[in-house]
Amino acid sequence: MIDLNQVSKSYKEKIVVDTVTIPIEKGKLTACIGPNGAGKTTLLEMISRLVPKDTGEIYIDGGEIKSWKPGELAKKLSVLKQSNKFSMRLTIKELVSFGRFPYTKGRLNAHCHELIEQSLRQVGLLEIADQYIDTLSGGQLQRAMIAMVLAQDTDYILLDEPLNNLDMKYSVQLMDIIRTFVDDFGKTVITVIHDINFAAAYADNLIAMKEGKVFAAGPVEQMITQQNIKNIFDIDVEVIDRKGKKFVMYY
Amino acid sequence: MTDNKHVYRNIFIAAILAMIMASIYMTIGSRGNWSYILSLRGKKLAALTIVSICSTTATILFHTITQNRILTPSIIGMDAIYIFFQTISLFLFGHNHWFLQNTYTNFFLSTVSMTCFSLLLYWFFFKNFPGRIYLLLMTGLILGTFFRSATSFLQVLIDPNEFLILQNRLFASFNNVDSSLINVSMIVVLPVLMYIFYKNKAMDVLHLGRTNAIGLGVNVDRFNLILFISISLLVSISTALVGPVMFLGFLGANVSYKLFKTYQHWLLIIGGCLFTISFVLFGQILIEHVFKFQTALSIILEFVGGSYFLYILLKEKEVA
Repeated sequence: MIDLNQVSKSYKEKIVVDTVTIPIEKGKLTACIGPNGAGKTTLLEMISRLVPKDTGEIYIDGGEIKSWKPGELAKKLSVLKQSNKFSMRLTIKELVSFGRFPYTKGRLNAHCHELIEQSLRQVGLLEIADQYIDTLSGGQLQRAMIAMVLAQDTDYILLDEPLNNLDMKYSVQLMDIIRTFVDDFGKTVITVIHDINFAAAYADNLIAMKEGKVFAAGPVEQMITQQNIKNIFDIDVEVIDRKGKKFVMYY
Repeated sequence: MTDNKHVYRNIFIAAILAMIMASIYMTIGSRGNWSYILSLRGKKLAALTIVSICSTTATILFHTITQNRILTPSIIGMDAIYIFFQTISLFLFGHNHWFLQNTYTNFFLSTVSMTCFSLLLYWFFFKNFPGRIYLLLMTGLILGTFFRSATSFLQVLIDPNEFLILQNRLFASFNNVDSSLINVSMIVVLPVLMYIFYKNKAMDVLHLGRTNAIGLGVNVDRFNLILFISISLLVSISTALVGPVMFLGFLGANVSYKLFKTYQHWLLIIGGCLFTISFVLFGQILIEHVFKFQTALSIILEFVGGSYFLYILLKEKEVA
């Protein structure tokens, strides 16, 4: 369970996240939606201690984020950000192996190799695991990064726009992988998603942010309404029901 | 992690090369005068080895922290501090003062002044601007320029005789290293190296960038601070021992990346140090037996290192 209490962050005078208080349900896929600059990514970064919060508390499994040891928290919570550039030549497998660092500090055991292989298979990179990452396409690199996060094997997984650089096929495949992780392995995934329809189709809960505040939050079925989406994004939309799933038509 | 065979093989070759160089250096033209040769050349060999290890290790760490392979630790201006300290102490006390005559106090105080300067700088930056490595480097660069200007101002005022003494000190020299200083250096260098090897896997994680490293549980800001302090200690010792050598570490580090083609620090550091030791010994053999002491080793080191630096710069330009 992740609990946010009155969390705020500002850069200079600009308030990016404004007294956000919200619980994040364990064992669910929570998608964070909202217009650009609403503070979604900053919120995610604060939960994953990439940037320090100004005020408020973030509790992860009962412990305030500051009271967690960095090494211990890395076994509990993993995070993936958008842009990744590397100065070193690594193979995909070496990159994914880094996911095991919090547990073994670089000395891989049999269990590690098993998990690494499993993660590579899940993102469909097992065949080219020995390729160098500087030869990969944007989508392949993104999947390699996701495999690393999977190998980290944490209860909480935070993904910042994981569908960036991915084509339709791999977007769907990735969301399916995330779904399996939530449903079959009981992981908690929090992700920032821009494509509202992916959020509507795959997430359990939605957190809608606007101008630094939580605009609305709740289960997907209740959140995806014409009025809600219109208020969040300030555009006219049509919500279509099709085979029990909701689609937002925004153009 | 992956197949390291070619890396181990290359390191093995570098080790053999270093040993061959060391034995050539120790035995060439000895004429059987062993007790004399061993103490004289052994001392120089030890100094050369310490300086090679310090500068190469410091540069590799520096590259990892800054994620940039064409920088050298001298950008923070530690050599400028050393030169400034030597100049101002000569300026204030004159060369006859006990303070400058005693090798220990001079060595000790130059090390302390360099380390303290960098500690102050880091402490200020890591407290106020965590994660802003480039801002730190820029400030170091500017402070270095400041100290260099202050130094040349003092050098203009100084007595010409003392200026000659000073100039002698500011050229890196391996020929008159005090053997008692070597032991003192080891006391500082060994624990630093042990710490670095203990943490070598965490340094590998730094390659993934700040975000990913934090995500994997490395306390990046604190770790960077500790690594910066280690770099300062290594550079200070090396500089206090023989004087400033700028491009030696740069050469060792970059050749190491080329030769060993791995991201693992423990391999890069060992390999790089072995290469640097062989290179420095080769240079010293040239100096002693080909040039007959007509030129200084530091000139050869800086010439080769500097040329390599230019080569890398031009190559990077083509890529970009």
